[in-house]
Amino acid sequence: MSTNSVFEVRTEEAPTLPAPVSTSGVIGWMRANLFSSIGNTVLTVIGVLIAYSLIAPLIQFALIDAVWTGDNREACLPQDGGHSGACWAYVEAYFPQFIYGRYPTEEIWRVNIVYFLFAALLVPLAMPSMPFKRTNALLFLVAFPIVAYFLLTGLVIGGTVILPIVETAVWGGLLVTLVIAVTGIVASLPLGIALALGRRSKMPVIKLVSIIFIEFWRGVPLITVLFMSSVMLPLFLPEGVTFDKLLRVLIGVTLFSAAYMAEVVRGGLQAIPKGQYEGAMALGLRFWPMMYLIILPQALKLVIPGIVNTFIGLFKDTTLVLIVGMFDLLGQIQSSFTDPTWSTPSQGHTGYLFAAIVFFVFCFGMSRYSIFMEKKLHTGHKR
Amino acid sequence: MAVMEQDSAQAPARASLVNDPKVRGLFYQVLLIGTLIFFGYFIVSNTIANLERQNIASGWGFLDISAGFGTSQALVDYTESSSYGRAIFVGFLNTLFVAVVGIFFATIIGFIVGIARLSNNWVVRQISYWYVELVRNVPLLLQIFFWYFAVLRAVPDKRDKWSFGFENFHLNITGLYGPKPVWEPGSAFIGYALIIAIAATFFIAKWAKKRQDATGQQFPIFRTALGLIICLPVITYLMTGMPMYLEHPNFVEEGPILRRGFELGVGARLIPEFLALTAALAIYTAAFIAEIVRAGIQAVNHGQTEAAHALGLRNSPTLRLVIIPQAMRVIIPPLTSQYLNLTKNSSLAVAIAYPDLVSMGGTVLNQTGQAIEIIAIWMAVYLSLSLITSAFMNWYNQRMALVER
Repeated sequence: MSTNSVFEVRTEEAPTLPAPVSTSGVIGWMRANLFSSIGNTVLTVIGVLIAYSLIAPLIQFALIDAVWTGDNREACLPQDGGHSGACWAYVEAYFPQFIYGRYPTEEIWRVNIVYFLFAALLVPLAMPSMPFKRTNALLFLVAFPIVAYFLLTGLVIGGTVILPIVETAVWGGLLVTLVIAVTGIVASLPLGIALALGRRSKMPVIKLVSIIFIEFWRGVPLITVLFMSSVMLPLFLPEGVTFDKLLRVLIGVTLFSAAYMAEVVRGGLQAIPKGQYEGAMALGLRFWPMMYLIILPQALKLVIPGIVNTFIGLFKDTTLVLIVGMFDLLGQIQSSFTDPTWSTPSQGHTGYLFAAIVFFVFCFGMSRYSIFMEKKLHTGHKR
Repeated sequence: MAVMEQDSAQAPARASLVNDPKVRGLFYQVLLIGTLIFFGYFIVSNTIANLERQNIASGWGFLDISAGFGTSQALVDYTESSSYGRAIFVGFLNTLFVAVVGIFFATIIGFIVGIARLSNNWVVRQISYWYVELVRNVPLLLQIFFWYFAVLRAVPDKRDKWSFGFENFHLNITGLYGPKPVWEPGSAFIGYALIIAIAATFFIAKWAKKRQDATGQQFPIFRTALGLIICLPVITYLMTGMPMYLEHPNFVEEGPILRRGFELGVGARLIPEFLALTAALAIYTAAFIAEIVRAGIQAVNHGQTEAAHALGLRNSPTLRLVIIPQAMRVIIPPLTSQYLNLTKNSSLAVAIAYPDLVSMGGTVLNQTGQAIEIIAIWMAVYLSLSLITSAFMNWYNQRMALVER
């Protein structure tokens, strides 16, 4: 029986239409993100103009007008009175100095081995999926510094020269930057942990001493600390005992960053629930086994992003050592400006641009890593 | 049986002292104190011996000796014959000056960039993102060098100038020049008028809030305050016979070539070291402030915005009355520590010879050799600044802490 229904019933699904052009694809994206209102359009135009006025001259200087090869300043001098671009030939000529300082050329292989060992131990340590974390960390924090120390400074056993001594005065460039930053962080880690534990201690004297130490170093600028270690430290030592200049700076930097490290570690300790302490004590663990086996492994894992951030800060702050007369990367670049062979109007800009790129690559990479770890460690609920 | 019971009952009394936590704690603390005393004695005795050998008399007597060096910027009277103490004081004021100006600009830039990071506009978002990333990841010292040696070297030289702001401000390699207000006798009344206006605004605001709490009626407090603070001094200025005028810098274009350029001491001048340092500090710190502001705004639960909209508030009052007051609670503590960082970072002034506390102190140190005293002054000043800041922070945190019901 067929019924003449007034209703029309579809027997098949209507074809899926594509979304309107104005809400999808490139145009839709632009409408939503760039031109959603008059005010937004104005902002877009102004923003593009600002970006263009900053980026265009930079590209012009660093790439289009740049001089890539040459033997001396002649190559980089502005042609027919115009503005010259970046003089990359100068950076190329000075590259070994920027990386190794005035380290003797025939001994540079030693620095290269240290760089290689550093990377080979750090990369697996930084990757959460790699096995043997504990061995790796021990190698990196204990064995590597000893090996690196003898490789860099030299080794003489009983009169036989195995590795010729290289004075720290000829170290420079990225080598000094990395030595100060890495030593500062590695040496400040145990000190910082001790101070953080001290600050949470129930013993009043230990707590007070820790608080005074931490707040003192956090309250003063690094530059005064560096002045102190280079001017005042020699006064503190008995007659005849002298310290290497680099070592003096390292002591200052370590004490300074230990205070910051202590606050980072304290944050991690506070994040560990009380039940973990109570559980460990119920198992009969004493203070140090409890810390070593239960609390610190959890707390330190939590504060990896914080430690990386402290390292970024310290890495940037190593540039200050040029004020007390040491040649880190920036100091080495600064001192290369006095060389008449490469003296051109664009030399300073090129040198600073090179330094900025190197620092940016290091620091940006580390901050990405810190964000990655933060996301990985974040197990809570996010909005 | 009885014997055993007696044994266990007496056990605590016979427990070894070594295992008593109280005794152990006391032992460690005494050990720490002893080590510190020994260490302190070692340092002090060595220092005394070293100073004697180098013929340096320790003490504060050197502060009264005439310094004999000039400075490129002094906010109080200072000449080469002023004392070392005065020189350090001038440096301290210069540190405060660059810190205050730097904090002012860093806050403005930081808030703009922080809000721009959350913009709906893709271009604005990207620009602010790359601003923050680029500035944060390049050392401050390098940025100071960039501003001082690259940017400020590109401005016109001594005999030339670049004017802006309706020919009122001029920039060349010797600094930024502008009009200087000159106060004549009687101009103190303008200052009094300003103080009265501010005090009146304060009381009116208090009264208006009380009235609004009681009756719900609003009072146009912002317009009233603006009117009071601008009009009252202006009226006083006109009534007292205009006892203040602006002294414009004098640019000499004629005459012998060496005399051309800005005349010394006429008009107001900011030295290029100050400009470079302020620019670098403000832009560097602003990147950190921007992240703090962004995090603060994001920390306010989205439900707050929805609830405000549900109550009928528009976007602007929502932001002003609901979001920002709550975000400020999160923003202020890290913001103050950024201000403190800026102040401490201003010590990098020594790299471009801006006469701040460290720079002036360093010169005194080189001339007198009083290393311990100078470094003690530096540390005391920076430490007290940081203690004052953290005291303020604690006070503010207590005031703003959530009152939980």
